[in-house]
Amino acid sequence: MAPNGVNGVNGVHDDDEEIDYSDIEAKYQVQYEEGFDNILVVDGVPVIDKSKLSRLLDKIAKEFSRKGASIKSDDISVPWDDSTGKSKGFVFVEFKNSNDAMFALNAMHGHPFDARHTFLVNRFTDIERYANLDETYAEPEPEEYKPKEHLRAWLGDSQGRDQYATYRGDEVEIHWQGKPSQCEVAFTRPNWTDLYVSWSPLGTYLATLHRQGVQLWGGTSWAKQQRFAHPMVKLIDFSPNETYIVTWSHDPIVVPEGAQQGPQFFSPEDEGNNIAVWDTMTGNLLRTFPAIYPEGEDTKKQMQWPALKWSADDKFVGRVTPGQQISVYELPSMGLQGKKSIKIDGVVDFEWCPLGDKDREDAEAEAKANGAKSTKKPKENMLAYWTPEVANQPARVTLMNFPGRAILRQKNLFNVTECKLFWQNQGDFLCVKVDRHTKTKKSIFCNLEIFRVREKDFPVEVVELKDAVTDFSWEPKGERFALISSNDPNLGNPGPGVTIKTDVSFYQLVRGKGDFKLLRTLPGRTSNTVRWSPRGRHVVLATIGSSSKSELEFWDLDFNYDDIGRRDGPSKEEWGSGIQHLGTADHYAVTDAEWDPSGRYLATSASAWRHTLENGYAVWDFRGQELEKHILDRFKQFLWRPRPRSLLTKEQQRQIRRNLKEYSRQFEEEDAAEESNISAELIAQRKRLVDEWNAWRARVKEEVAEERRQRGKTVDVDSEKEPEESKEEMELWVDEVIEETEEEVAE
Amino acid sequence: MKPYSCPGHERSLTQIKFNPEGDLLFSCSKDHVINVWFTHNGERLGTYDGHNGTVWTLDVDSQSRFLVSGSADNTMRLWSVQTGKCLYRWEFPTAVKRVAFSDEDDQIVCITEQRMGHQGAVRIFSVNREDDGTNQPKEPTSMFHPVGSKATLCAFAHTPNLILMGHESGKVALFDAKTGEEVLSNERAHMDLVTDLQLSPDRSYFITSSKDKTARLHETRTLTVLKTYSTETPLNSAAIARGKPYVLLGGGQDAMSVTTTSLRQGKFETRFWHKVFEEEVGRVKGHFGPINTIAVSPKGDCFASGGEDGFVRVHHFDESYFRVKPYGDLEIED
Repeated sequence: MAPNGVNGVNGVHDDDEEIDYSDIEAKYQVQYEEGFDNILVVDGVPVIDKSKLSRLLDKIAKEFSRKGASIKSDDISVPWDDSTGKSKGFVFVEFKNSNDAMFALNAMHGHPFDARHTFLVNRFTDIERYANLDETYAEPEPEEYKPKEHLRAWLGDSQGRDQYATYRGDEVEIHWQGKPSQCEVAFTRPNWTDLYVSWSPLGTYLATLHRQGVQLWGGTSWAKQQRFAHPMVKLIDFSPNETYIVTWSHDPIVVPEGAQQGPQFFSPEDEGNNIAVWDTMTGNLLRTFPAIYPEGEDTKKQMQWPALKWSADDKFVGRVTPGQQISVYELPSMGLQGKKSIKIDGVVDFEWCPLGDKDREDAEAEAKANGAKSTKKPKENMLAYWTPEVANQPARVTLMNFPGRAILRQKNLFNVTECKLFWQNQGDFLCVKVDRHTKTKKSIFCNLEIFRVREKDFPVEVVELKDAVTDFSWEPKGERFALISSNDPNLGNPGPGVTIKTDVSFYQLVRGKGDFKLLRTLPGRTSNTVRWSPRGRHVVLATIGSSSKSELEFWDLDFNYDDIGRRDGPSKEEWGSGIQHLGTADHYAVTDAEWDPSGRYLATSASAWRHTLENGYAVWDFRGQELEKHILDRFKQFLWRPRPRSLLTKEQQRQIRRNLKEYSRQFEEEDAAEESNISAELIAQRKRLVDEWNAWRARVKEEVAEERRQRGKTVDVDSEKEPEESKEEMELWVDEVIEETEEEVAE
Repeated sequence: MKPYSCPGHERSLTQIKFNPEGDLLFSCSKDHVINVWFTHNGERLGTYDGHNGTVWTLDVDSQSRFLVSGSADNTMRLWSVQTGKCLYRWEFPTAVKRVAFSDEDDQIVCITEQRMGHQGAVRIFSVNREDDGTNQPKEPTSMFHPVGSKATLCAFAHTPNLILMGHESGKVALFDAKTGEEVLSNERAHMDLVTDLQLSPDRSYFITSSKDKTARLHETRTLTVLKTYSTETPLNSAAIARGKPYVLLGGGQDAMSVTTTSLRQGKFETRFWHKVFEEEVGRVKGHFGPINTIAVSPKGDCFASGGEDGFVRVHHFDESYFRVKPYGDLEIED
């Protein structure tokens, strides 16, 4: 090395010494442990005299070392009882640091030293702490009772209104929907959610999604009810009775060091999973699962959601591993039911049978009887699944009861491309929409295999159709269904500006005969969506997601019948005659259409998530009359608040229906009174505005006149006269125009 | 209400204006020509030729004698309404964006654009009405450069010594005509560019329209906002109806994004709003491009709109317009 280089280094070194580093050294000085955390007290050591000391210490050191906590006999200090000259029966052991001490404590506590002696190990600091503990009993202060808001308070609304949530820009609003005068904003909060909002299925909670997880809100003041810490959550799903909630995040769970621990948080075992199941009430995490993504080249296909399917009574949740098995878990333990999955080769999809009102009543009666011998066994859960054609095996749809796992009915199907399972919401019927291909596999047609689940031996009815079916839906609580079929050549390759021509058909069960017969077909439609009113009877056909068409058609399927006796079904001669077109409406660029839970209103919305044309929402009545329309840019989401099931018994509901006339008179009176009230209010309001304006004008006119006078002009009088003159002149002009045109005609 | 559609311009309209009698309608457009139309049948009476650039703005005096226009060819011209002759031209370093006569026709105010290193300027000229009008003072009686956001609109306020201005930032302000000092301002009058400013007949209040999708009614003296009309589309023009308590708003999507959307999406309609109740009363369709400018006849019997589509449409109100009282028998001062 060059001498000058050395010099240079030396020079630097010299400079170094001149600088005072004491402050930095003080800052970075390693703090040595000065506490007693590294000392353990081992109790239960044999009492000995000094002669046996070295043997004992060696033995103890050996015992410790055998468990992996290596110590030397020097690290052990033995206190002596000076009066007897014997040891006190406990020793102190010093470790290098508190971590080693911790380890030794866990390893050696309760360790049998010999037949009569067992080690009891404590930290030295603990002994000190507990020795100094105040032993007097202090009664714990009872926590003050805070009455909680009723989570279903909105149902007690005196005007019987429904609620809906809207999400626009950063603002979430809860609205009341009723008569025009009763519509108002109930609550609003900016930045309430990061992604979207969602109601729980019975409407009790509003869920908001954030980076940190899901938050549930409820009550009249919309206070926080529960939170589920699932970072980057994207999808959520409630169980039907909202007892449990399932969350999914695209990012696998990571539990960072120092993360919060507890039943409400992820633990290291959950790492790498995507789906979590939580208890809604306690917020406790029940179990996590990895997400199952479709395998192979078909990556475009999205993950199935909901990934976990709940039985209608919240007792089981099932999850399908495509091609292999259905795993059903019991709640609340979330253990695999029967300790094993249902192995089904090739299974694609399954659906639980929903509970009907009757089933629910039975279940409740059962719960009430509770232990006492009930006459009827409650119905078991049921699920339906299908398997595609494999090798020489035909495709199959199977009904299975659960947890009995008995196969109730199986139906073989041929030439199947795809099956979709549709349960009627009372669990009376199961429709399997089977997309079948012809032998050449060139064209696709559709069969409907309808299982009558309530009848003995589960008879199956087949409805054969020539065209492909794009949408199918059961009438809620009804015996009818609507389907949209199409033979449009453009079907399946959508492009911009392509509107697919469709036919809409309604079918109804023929009582007694037990088959389904076509009620009516509406040909040449563009509708691609069927929305039944939640109470049945009314149905809306909508063209959604099209850039050129946006028609909404409102239909009544029981136009001829009064509400009371309508369940009897039509007699033969009037088959299909009850279908009546009520109205047609148009909501440009509509992306969503949803009935309110009472079936009184239909809401359509154009969401900014899909496009930016005329975003906003509209509310229609069941006849297609527009009640409200709001064009709001950056409008994203419209959601009706669901209602829980009615608490009234069947008998009470019948009673109400019988006395409907009585009630309606009362409501009509209220309406009339309110209407006159409102218009009076509006007139008064307008009067006030006009008075304000006129007063202001009078004042300003005076000011203007004053100003002109100051400027030395007297135009005031003229300007008063001018308008009258000009009005006369205007009439003259009109006359002249007429004369002119007449002359032109003459020429 | 059958409108007269006046196809005399080849490019989009920039401003239209009725003369005080309401029998003539002047229009200027980006095609360099100024047209004058008969209001009663929509026929063209004549043109004022001479500008070599977009004619941004025009104004006519109260006697229908002089017409003043401002153009992107950096000139402001005075025309004889009757003969169509150019009487005088003033030259400036940049384009003229807005001109306006004073109440007594003795003064003109104009705004020149801020461009190419030149500051935006407001100039006030006095008009020599004595002889044939060709002899005008070359120099302005006063000139000033409003600082801050670009000024886009100007007019004489309720007194001739105050100039009312609209700015790009949404500001509306009063400036002293002599000194150029800002006397009063409302910085938050609008949230975006102010596109039009029209005064009431007695200049005691005025309406502004803006790209922020609202139009507002202001008191001239205090610049307080009296009424707000919120629509769902950017507005290009707003006018105050005469004899009826309405305001007329026009606009539509930006011209550049028109081709990407359907006609109904564009909202190329003239909207009628109730001046006092701030409610929409009705709409008049017709244009197939955004409406750039709206004018109401001082007689209150018709209105005209000029669109991006190059058409001027003159609408004469039906008799029912004058007869019906949709809000009952409330007497509302004009």
